[in-house]
Amino acid sequence: MAQHDGDTGAAAGSELVKSPGREVSPGTAVIAPDAFENPGLPPHSDRVTDLDPKKEKEAERVVAGMFALSIVGTVMAIVAYIVVPIEPGDLNSTRLNNLFVGLGIALALIPIGIGAIHWAKNLMTYVEMTEARHGTRGTEETRAIAANVFTLGNQESGFNRRKLIRNTLIGALALSPLPAVVLFRDLAPAADPVPLLKTTLWDKGIRLAKDPSGTPIKASEVTLGSVFHVIPDNLADAEHPLEEKAKAAVLLMRLKPEDLNVSAGREDWNYDGIVAYSKICTHVGCPVALYEQHTHHLLCPCHQSQFDITQEAAVIFGPAKRPLPQLPITVDAEGYLVARSDFTEPVGPSFWERSL
Amino acid sequence: MSTAAGTATVTEPSANTTPPGPGMRFTGAAANYLDERTSISGIVRELGRKVFPNHWSFMLGEVALYSFIAILLSGTFLTFFFDPSMSHVTYEGSFVPLKGIEMSAAYASTLDITFDIRGGLLMRQVHHWSALLFVASIGLHMLRVFFTGAFRKPRELNWVIGFVLFILAMAEGFTGYSLPDDLLSGNGLRIIDGMVKGFPIVGTWISYLLFGGEFPGTVIVPRLFVLHIMLLPALLIAALGLHLLLMVINKHTHFAGPGRTNDNVVGVPVMPLFAAKAGGFFFVVFGVIVLISSTFTVNPIWNYGPYDPSPVSAGTQPDWYIGFADGALRLIPPGWEFELWGFTVTLSILIPAAILGLFLLAVAVYPFLEAWITGDKREHHMAERPRNAPVRTAIGAAGVVFYGVMWAAASSDLIATHFMLSIEWVTHALQALIILGPIFAYWMTKRICIALQKKDREIALHGYESGRIVRLPGGEYIEVHQPLNEYDRWRLVDYVDYKPLMLRPNARGKISPVQRVRAILSRWFFEDRISPVTRREIESDGHH
Repeated sequence: MAQHDGDTGAAAGSELVKSPGREVSPGTAVIAPDAFENPGLPPHSDRVTDLDPKKEKEAERVVAGMFALSIVGTVMAIVAYIVVPIEPGDLNSTRLNNLFVGLGIALALIPIGIGAIHWAKNLMTYVEMTEARHGTRGTEETRAIAANVFTLGNQESGFNRRKLIRNTLIGALALSPLPAVVLFRDLAPAADPVPLLKTTLWDKGIRLAKDPSGTPIKASEVTLGSVFHVIPDNLADAEHPLEEKAKAAVLLMRLKPEDLNVSAGREDWNYDGIVAYSKICTHVGCPVALYEQHTHHLLCPCHQSQFDITQEAAVIFGPAKRPLPQLPITVDAEGYLVARSDFTEPVGPSFWERSL
Repeated sequence: MSTAAGTATVTEPSANTTPPGPGMRFTGAAANYLDERTSISGIVRELGRKVFPNHWSFMLGEVALYSFIAILLSGTFLTFFFDPSMSHVTYEGSFVPLKGIEMSAAYASTLDITFDIRGGLLMRQVHHWSALLFVASIGLHMLRVFFTGAFRKPRELNWVIGFVLFILAMAEGFTGYSLPDDLLSGNGLRIIDGMVKGFPIVGTWISYLLFGGEFPGTVIVPRLFVLHIMLLPALLIAALGLHLLLMVINKHTHFAGPGRTNDNVVGVPVMPLFAAKAGGFFFVVFGVIVLISSTFTVNPIWNYGPYDPSPVSAGTQPDWYIGFADGALRLIPPGWEFELWGFTVTLSILIPAAILGLFLLAVAVYPFLEAWITGDKREHHMAERPRNAPVRTAIGAAGVVFYGVMWAAASSDLIATHFMLSIEWVTHALQALIILGPIFAYWMTKRICIALQKKDREIALHGYESGRIVRLPGGEYIEVHQPLNEYDRWRLVDYVDYKPLMLRPNARGKISPVQRVRAILSRWFFEDRISPVTRREIESDGHH
């Protein structure tokens, strides 16, 4: 087999492959009989710092200089912490504190690294060393002893002989984590989630209010082409306002009545071209917040689903499947916009029990 | 194998060779004290002069390790000030634009860390930047290991452990990202909620249990906090320890080169050279993270405001490493959902989830697949040059493009606005690219690899072009080729070459269907192959 030259004398072929008494399949690898021989390590070449004492001295100064620079950085970081305080209300002081403390710490750290690497590369003895690898597999002797440990363990316990014990143990161990699974039930309240997902705060007569001020909206305020971000005006009194808002958020737009294609049964869901649609995307629930006035399209900024308001918010692009649910609205005696009822279908992303 | 008998290749520290110089008295005394109580000299003897090979690409894993240390240090600082609670507070801190606004305690304490704790913003940014670097360096490290075949026996298990680390790193990233309870991260959680709800049968309930009721609830931040600072780090550190332990046991791979074989490792000793370089490199990595953190803003949560289910900003997107999952969602065409006996089946979520799952599964099991195809049961300690395994490299390139297209899709809206394109056009282009891109990348990469192999062969056989043009007596011009020295030639010819599996009947005269599949895959892998140059070829070449 090929030999290294110089101080390396090990076989260049794989010792691991040919460990005596054990054939390891090379699979479909091609073993060429006339492959090249490993020429062995190339001759060592000295660095300039090995040859020139002046260069060595210079490298030494660079390394020590780096470490000294690091000390300067450490001092700078501490000084910056004290002399660049954060003044309440002054954002610039935060920025400067961040900048100078950070620069100080960076200056404390980076030169240590550069110094150490420079030291290693130029001053420390640098020869390529060779270390033998041994097959990962244990020696045959060790493996035999290990196998014997298992055999003894099996014999002395009777694990495989006493099948009844073994099988009941396996069964018991397999089932024992189940209480831990059951314990997780109370991560959520006792109530069934499905009815919660199907209802919102909207109900007959609930006024449409501006988000976030909560001011009710009069139909007369909604000019042609305008858009309002809307919450139910009873939201502030809700027990869980964020959870309710996450379902009840609505977008209000006014189009020319003749631009709306109203389907049968929804004739009285808009008020003189004012329409309200759920703001919660039917894809995965982002707020559909972008309204393009001249096309009457709503765009979800998360995954780019687009809904055409003239077509009752039908999906015209993107991964969503269902139109945004429409909130039936009208006006009350004082001219405020109110809901006629809750949404007639669940809002937001699809879920398994949605249509049940 | 005893080290004393150690072949001449082993440079082991042996006693009596080096007299302890001056200044070693204290070290000697301390070492003696410890050894008499711990037997630690055995470990020092075993590992102290262990050899580490040199190559720039081996530093990628180091970057991951060092950025993780930066994460642990900065993260510990943050836990001293962060309040992982969703109880409502009115902000009264230093940041004027949000004064008097209702928000969660988590968001308020994040603002306090930012604006009222000196160095708090710095530590937040160090934490975030090093987390971004952590996942990035793991990804690059995985690519290095993949493209050099360093996952082959005996390192398949360590590949799987590394894969688990990659998943844990992303999970750490996502849980941490959600903690400040700002508008951007809250919308991220909302997307998670929407995705979870899309899973058949269990989805609604898992979302309900996860959020402790309806989204967003009041418990998700403390729950994620516990995962983020306890459970996931514990798993991560355990897996990391195992990863490094197996690396020590298996020893590092090295690239082909003169003097380097499958049975040795050529490099520098841990003490002192590798320790100095690696230790120094830690300080460089940490220092650069701090430098970036002191000069570049990351995740300015004060601009987003507290989480509110209604507003959202345009151009919203997750941290980069979650992008591929978000992008996969964006590429689904409209209408992928149907009802089955009244139940809603949301394919627009299930399909991307399945694609991502299969993609990650393919990454995890690739080493076992390749080992089965080659049937090679030997240990492999030589890192391969990517060109010498063209099909593997091409598969890797296809995977990178597939991931890259999904990743780009997560910014489809920003691509559209920056390049003045329509979002529809960008999305459709990416939809086409996610299918055509990997195919093209596979084809192109394989061709490039084989071309490079051919070039290597030509150089090994005929030498390199010297640039010297000579006019022969007959008037003919030739360029003189300079033959390689044996060291350079060795780098080009030392690689493993496989041939396609020849189907043969087994002992019972049958060809099993499994063997047939293996033969098809083997043909796919090794049909087009360039064998290394042999001695005979060079010799016969010399004669003409």
